[in-house]
Amino acid sequence: MKQLFTFIKKEFYHVFRDRKTLLMLFGLPIAQIVLFGFALTNEIKNAKIVVVDYSKDVTTKQIIDKIEASRYFDIEKSLMSHNEIEDKFKEGKIKLALIFPENFNNDLLHLNKAQIQIIADASDINTANTLTNYISAIVTDYQRGMMKNMILPMSIVPEIRMLYNPELKGEHTFIPGIMAMIMLLVCVMMTSISIVKEKELGTMEILLVSPFKPIMVIFAKFIPYLLISFFNVTSILLLSVYALDLPIQGNIFLLYGESLLFIVTGLAIGLLISISAESQQTAMFGSLMATMLPTLLLSGFMFPIENMPMPLQIISNVVPSKWFFIIVKSIMIKGAGFATIWKETLILVGMTLFFLIISLKNFKTRLA
Amino acid sequence: MRTLFFLLQKEFRQIFRNKSLLGQILVAPTIQLLILPWAANYEVKNISLAVIDNDHSTYSEKFVSKAFSSGYFKPADYCASFKDAYKLIERDKADIALEIPANFEKNLIRENKQKVFMAVNAINGVKALVGTVYLSSIINDYNSEIRLQWMQPQKFSPLPVIEITSTNWFNPLLNYKFFMVPGILVFLVTMLGAIMCSLNIVREKEIGTIEQINVTPVKKYHFILGKLIPFWIIGMFVFTLGLTIARFVYGIVPEGSIGVLYGFLSVYLLAVLGMGLLISTYSDTQQQAMSLSFFFIMIFNLLSGLFTPIESMPGWAQVITWFNPLSYFIEVMRMVVLKGSGFHDIQHNLFIIFIFAVVVNTWAILNYRKRA
Amino acid sequence: MKEAVIKTERLTKKFGDFIAANELTFEVYTGEIFGFLGANGAGKTTAMRMLCGLSIPSSGKATVAGFDVYKQTEGIKKHIGYMSQKFSLYEDLTVAENIRFYAGIYGLTNKQIKEKSEELIEQLGLQQSAKKLVRELPLGWKQKLSFSVAIVHQPKIVFLDEPTSGVDPVTRRQFWDLIYAAVDKGVTVFVTTHYMDESEYCNRVSIMVDGVIKALDTPHNLKKQFSASSMDEVFYALAREAKRKGD
Repeated sequence: MKQLFTFIKKEFYHVFRDRKTLLMLFGLPIAQIVLFGFALTNEIKNAKIVVVDYSKDVTTKQIIDKIEASRYFDIEKSLMSHNEIEDKFKEGKIKLALIFPENFNNDLLHLNKAQIQIIADASDINTANTLTNYISAIVTDYQRGMMKNMILPMSIVPEIRMLYNPELKGEHTFIPGIMAMIMLLVCVMMTSISIVKEKELGTMEILLVSPFKPIMVIFAKFIPYLLISFFNVTSILLLSVYALDLPIQGNIFLLYGESLLFIVTGLAIGLLISISAESQQTAMFGSLMATMLPTLLLSGFMFPIENMPMPLQIISNVVPSKWFFIIVKSIMIKGAGFATIWKETLILVGMTLFFLIISLKNFKTRLA
Repeated sequence: MRTLFFLLQKEFRQIFRNKSLLGQILVAPTIQLLILPWAANYEVKNISLAVIDNDHSTYSEKFVSKAFSSGYFKPADYCASFKDAYKLIERDKADIALEIPANFEKNLIRENKQKVFMAVNAINGVKALVGTVYLSSIINDYNSEIRLQWMQPQKFSPLPVIEITSTNWFNPLLNYKFFMVPGILVFLVTMLGAIMCSLNIVREKEIGTIEQINVTPVKKYHFILGKLIPFWIIGMFVFTLGLTIARFVYGIVPEGSIGVLYGFLSVYLLAVLGMGLLISTYSDTQQQAMSLSFFFIMIFNLLSGLFTPIESMPGWAQVITWFNPLSYFIEVMRMVVLKGSGFHDIQHNLFIIFIFAVVVNTWAILNYRKRA
Repeated sequence: MKEAVIKTERLTKKFGDFIAANELTFEVYTGEIFGFLGANGAGKTTAMRMLCGLSIPSSGKATVAGFDVYKQTEGIKKHIGYMSQKFSLYEDLTVAENIRFYAGIYGLTNKQIKEKSEELIEQLGLQQSAKKLVRELPLGWKQKLSFSVAIVHQPKIVFLDEPTSGVDPVTRRQFWDLIYAAVDKGVTVFVTTHYMDESEYCNRVSIMVDGVIKALDTPHNLKKQFSASSMDEVFYALAREAKRKGD
C-alpha cells in the first residue's frame, strides 16, 4: 500500500508541475461555461435591417414604429431596389429587408388584404429564421391589436404550461454537455497520453519490471485525473448554480455517483487507446476521434439526435456520452431519481466493463 | 536557399513516412465532413406530441388528425390520462402533452368558449417555443374552420389580414448543410494547421534534433520556413479535399470566385500556422503544446460565429472575436460560397488576417531568437 | 607555432545568482584531442554550449575557429561539428538520407554530397544498412554514424558531448579509432565524458568542479601531480570537494 502511495505521489507531481496543461484542464471547462452561459445565444440584438416603404401611410408608420420599439433591430429606412439589397447582403451590411408595397393602407381597408414582403439573407440560416420570426411575430401582434375589440364566437383557448424551464432559458442543455466533454478530455486523452509517453520514453518497461503489479501502475496514473475530473464537476456545478442561476433539482449524491461512473468509463477508454497507440500524437488523435468528436456531434448536446438520419441515430447509441447526457439532464433539470435512470446507468456500466475487459486482456502483451 | 531545399526534403520525407499522420490529414477531415453536416442541424421537427382525448367526439378527433397531418408533430405513445403523458415527458418520450377535456364539442357549441391544456417540455427553449407556436397556430386554424362551418359568412365582417411573404436569398431551401459545411471546413483546416504544426516542432524539441539544427549554419528563418511551408501545403490540400467533398457529396458549388477563396486561404494559413508556431515556442513537451492549442482552438471555435451569431454576443465576447481569425474566415467563406461576394467585399477581412499573420509570426520568431 | 582553435578568457555564464561557468580561461590547439571532464552539474555542458554559439556568455571573451562567440556565432556554426548526447539523427529517415541532409545543410555541392555519402557508408561498413531507417540500427552504429555526420563538412573542430554513453567497450574502442582517423585529417576534437579511462586517450584534459577549471594538463602530468595511478583517482581527488551534485 505504501508503494502505491509513492506511485500516486509521483503521478501527482507530473501532472501538477505542468502549468500549461493545468491551464487547459481547469481553465477550459470554466471558460466554456462562461461562454455558453453568457456569450453564446441565438437571440437577436441590434440586427441591421432595411425597411423599404413605398406606401408611407399611417399603418406602415405604426408597424415600423412598433418594430423600432422592440429594440432588436438597427433600422435603416431607404428605398432600395432588389439589386441594391442584394449588394448590401453580399457586403454583409444588412441581414434582412422588409418591404411595404404602394397603397398598403388602402388595400387593407378596401380589399381586406395587404402584403408585406420579407427578404432574408439566408447564408446564416439561424439568423434569417430568427429575424423573420421576430418580425412576423411583431406584425401578427399588430394585427391582433387591430382586432382587439372584436369578440369572436366559439373560441378554443389554449392554456399553456412550460415545464422545467418556464423562462425558456437556453443554458440547460449545455451544462451536462460540457461536463461530459471535459471529463472525456481529462480521463481519456490525458490519461492515454500520459501512459503512451512512458511507453515512448522507455520508462514503462522499468515500471512493468518492478515488483509492482502493472495494474497498480495504471491505477496510480488514473488517480490524479480522477481527482481533477471531480474537481471540474464541482466547479461546473457551482458555476451553474451560483453564476447561471440554474439550481440542481435532483439528488446531488446521485449526480456525483453517476459522474464517478462516467469518469471510470472514460478511464477505461483511455486505457484501451493507450494500449494501441505508439506515439503521443496518435493517442491524442485517437482520443479526439473516438470520444470528443462523437460527444460533440452525436450525444445530443449540441444538436438534437432526432433530427439526424437513422444511421447516425443508431451510432449515437454506442456513444457513452449520450447516455451520460440523458442521466445528468434528468437529475439536474427534472429532478429525476434513480428509478427513472436505472436503464441508462446500466448501459454505462456495461460499456465500462466491456472496455475494461478488452484492455486488461491486451494489457501485458501490448504495453511492454 | 539550398538549405531550405534540404529542410523541405527532409520534412516531406518524414511526413510521408508517418502513416498515422497521413491518416490524420486525409481520413479525419473526410470523416468529419461526411458526418458532421448531417448531425449539425438546428431545425425543429418531429416534435413528439401526446394527445389525451377525453371527449372522443367528431370535433376532437378531427382536431387530432389535423394536428398530426400538419407535418410538425409525430404522435407519442398512447396515454389514457394527463398523468401518463406527464410521465412520458419526464422520460423524454414526449415533448408536448395536449389534453382535450371531456364534453369538448358540447361545451364549445353551448358556451362559446372551451379551454384545452398544453404542457410543454421547455428544457430546450427553442423547441418549446416553436412547438407551442405551431400548435397554437393549428388550434387557431381549426378554430376558424369551425367558425366558418357554424356561422354564416356574412354574420361577421371579414377581418383584415396582413399577409407576410418571406423569401430567403442565397439559400432558398434553408439547407443547413450549405450553412455548416463551409464553416466546418474552416474549423478543420485550422485545427490541422495549428495543432499539427506546433506538435511537429515540439516533438523535435523533445527528441533533441532541434538542438542539432541550432548548431548548424541553418538560420532561424530557414528552419521556420522549413516548418511552415509543408504545413501550408497540407492546409491547401485539405481545403481542396474539403471543397471537393462539398461539391460532390453536398452539391455545394461556390457562387463566388474560387480564386478569392484560395487567396484568402493562403494568408489565413500563414496566420494559423503562425499561431501553432507561437504555441510551440511556449511549450517544452508535446502534451503542453496540445493542451495550449486545444484550449485556444476550443474557445476560438465557440466564439467564431459558426454555431451562434456574433451579433448576439455581449460586448466583451465580441471584442474577443476581433482577435479570432476563425471568425473572419468563416464570414468570408459564407460570403463567397453562398452569396458570391467578391474581392472588394472581403478586403477588410483579408487585411485584418494579414496583420494577424504578421504579428503572430513576428512574435514567434522573436521568441525563437531569445531562446538561443 | 601551434594555432589555437579555441581561446577563452574568463568566460562566464550566470543564471541569475547561479554561476554555472566561472571565469574559464584556456586554449585548445589544432589537431588536439581535448578532454573536458567533470561531474554532472559541474558546468561542462554550459561551457560547451557557449563555445558552440548556442548560448551567449554573461562575461569574458572567447573565439572559436577565429570567430567571436558573441557576435559571430554564424561563422562558428559553419566551421564546427557537433554530436549531442541524444545522437541527433532523424530516426525516421534512412542512413543515406541523414547523411545527405546534413551534408546539404552544411553547404556541400551535389557532387560532394554524393562522394561523401559513398565514402562514409563504405568507411562505416553500412552498405547493407544504407537504406534502413536509423531507428532500426543498433546503438553502436548510430553513434558512429552520428560522429561521421558531424564531420561531414570537414570542420575545424568537432564538439562531442558524452558520445560513448551506454555502449559496450568494443564499440567504444572502434569509436575512438574513428576519432583518431579524424584527427589525422586535421580535425580538432573537443570531447566531454565521464568515462575516466577515455580521458587517457586525450592529449590534454581539463577537469571542472563547481563551474571552475581545477586542473588542465596532459593525463600523464596530472597523474604525477596528484600521485595517482589512474585518471579515476585524479578525478576523485578533485571532485571530492565538489559542492554541487548532480544536474
